[in-house]
Amino acid sequence: MSGSLLHQIGLLLWKDVRVEWRARELIYATMLFSAIIVLLFSFSFLGGSPPTVEVMAGVLWVAISLSGMLGISRSFEREREADTLRALLLSPIDRSALYLAKLLSITLLMLLTSVVVVPGLLLLFGMKVGPQQSWLLFLSLLGLGTLGFAAVAALFGASLGRARVREVLLPLLVYPLVVPALLAGARGTYGVLYGTPEALSDAVRWIKFLLVFDSMAVILGLWLFEPLCAQE
Amino acid sequence: MPADGPVVQKVALAGVFKDYGEKRALSDVSLTIEAGQVLALLGENGAGKSTLLGVLAQQIRPTRGKLLLDGRDATELDGRWLRQQLSLLSHEPRCYADLSARENLTFFAKLYGVGSDEKIRAERVRELLERVGLSAAADRPSRTFSRGMVQRLAIARALVHRPGLLLLDEPYTGLDQEGVRLLSSLIADERARGAIVVVISHDFEPLAPLLDVAAVLRRGRLEKTQRYVVGECTRELLLQLYARAAERPQARSA
Repeated sequence: MSGSLLHQIGLLLWKDVRVEWRARELIYATMLFSAIIVLLFSFSFLGGSPPTVEVMAGVLWVAISLSGMLGISRSFEREREADTLRALLLSPIDRSALYLAKLLSITLLMLLTSVVVVPGLLLLFGMKVGPQQSWLLFLSLLGLGTLGFAAVAALFGASLGRARVREVLLPLLVYPLVVPALLAGARGTYGVLYGTPEALSDAVRWIKFLLVFDSMAVILGLWLFEPLCAQE
Repeated sequence: MPADGPVVQKVALAGVFKDYGEKRALSDVSLTIEAGQVLALLGENGAGKSTLLGVLAQQIRPTRGKLLLDGRDATELDGRWLRQQLSLLSHEPRCYADLSARENLTFFAKLYGVGSDEKIRAERVRELLERVGLSAAADRPSRTFSRGMVQRLAIARALVHRPGLLLLDEPYTGLDQEGVRLLSSLIADERARGAIVVVISHDFEPLAPLLDVAAVLRRGRLEKTQRYVVGECTRELLLQLYARAAERPQARSA
């Protein structure tokens, strides 16, 4: 048939990356949107007291989740326009490969927004992450929080199929379910930015929480992907 | 690489019903088609043709009844094996607009495990591009293609893995005269290879000489089936069959 699971994931992921890179509109739109969010938040602190670390953590995750959702909706819409998602579902490829590849491509897209959001926060909000160890924690939170978000979004993005109001339904379904990941990301980021030993150990606890959340989300995604997507 | 010859010898629908809420899209449809045959599904818009094709493609689950492959219930077969045997050319091209024709075909060839190595796969893609007349445009993004060129690419995509069951929904749409002739010769080749071909089309002229069987659906019911000697069916015979089915709805199964 079509090779090992890893080979299949690699093939699908490479296709997604190539398609997004060729079109680029989605990458540019998502990055621009995240930059606008950070910029708009920064305006509210002009001339006033500097933003607290709680606000910085909040802005980071609001920007990532909003611009991420924009990218995810458009990414699935592109698959639907030419009905390519059906072509993939009709192919002999493993359903779990399809889910995992979508999860990874969404994660990559969302992490791209961090390339804009994090420097934006460093420059406009004066965010300071601290020593190397704190950066490691910060990046772990960013990666795991994004992965958890993507695990839920990939499942619903693919399964909404031809639902008429899917662009409205997707955020309505995804946001409530990713609240734990967003909460853990924001609380963990606050701990890293606050920087005291207690706050840092708190951040480690939120990372562990995210590990559990992500594992559960991926397992559920793998389990539900086939019945939700396969047949009408 | 998938075998060149047919893997599935017989496909049958046994008492298939499909309901969408209150609306019955298919009603007690029974039909058998064997390897090396071309079957046309005829009927008015909304008669249930595309639903029937969806059932054959395993994209639509029947409310009642069975899809049988070589006598075995499709739901009991390995899903990946089954999908390897299938190919569906639908109204949408199902190709990536930002990839070139060659990249699209190579991607789908890899997805279906065509060729033991890159060289064989590349040769299969090159051969198909040439066959559908897209060699000169092979490396252009398919978003720059005309409607007819996109349809040619979609046809090549459907054939890339040499399917055992080829399902074509309005395949002549958007094709010029040369494209129509090309598609007819491709369908004839698939039959000669031993594939089962099911076609929905309102273009009777090019389709008729290819047919072994024609089946007319009305309001989800299979009203009439007719067998032909290949090459002897004509547009007029299909129109007569169509008219008879409309006048005297009779058969509930074939």
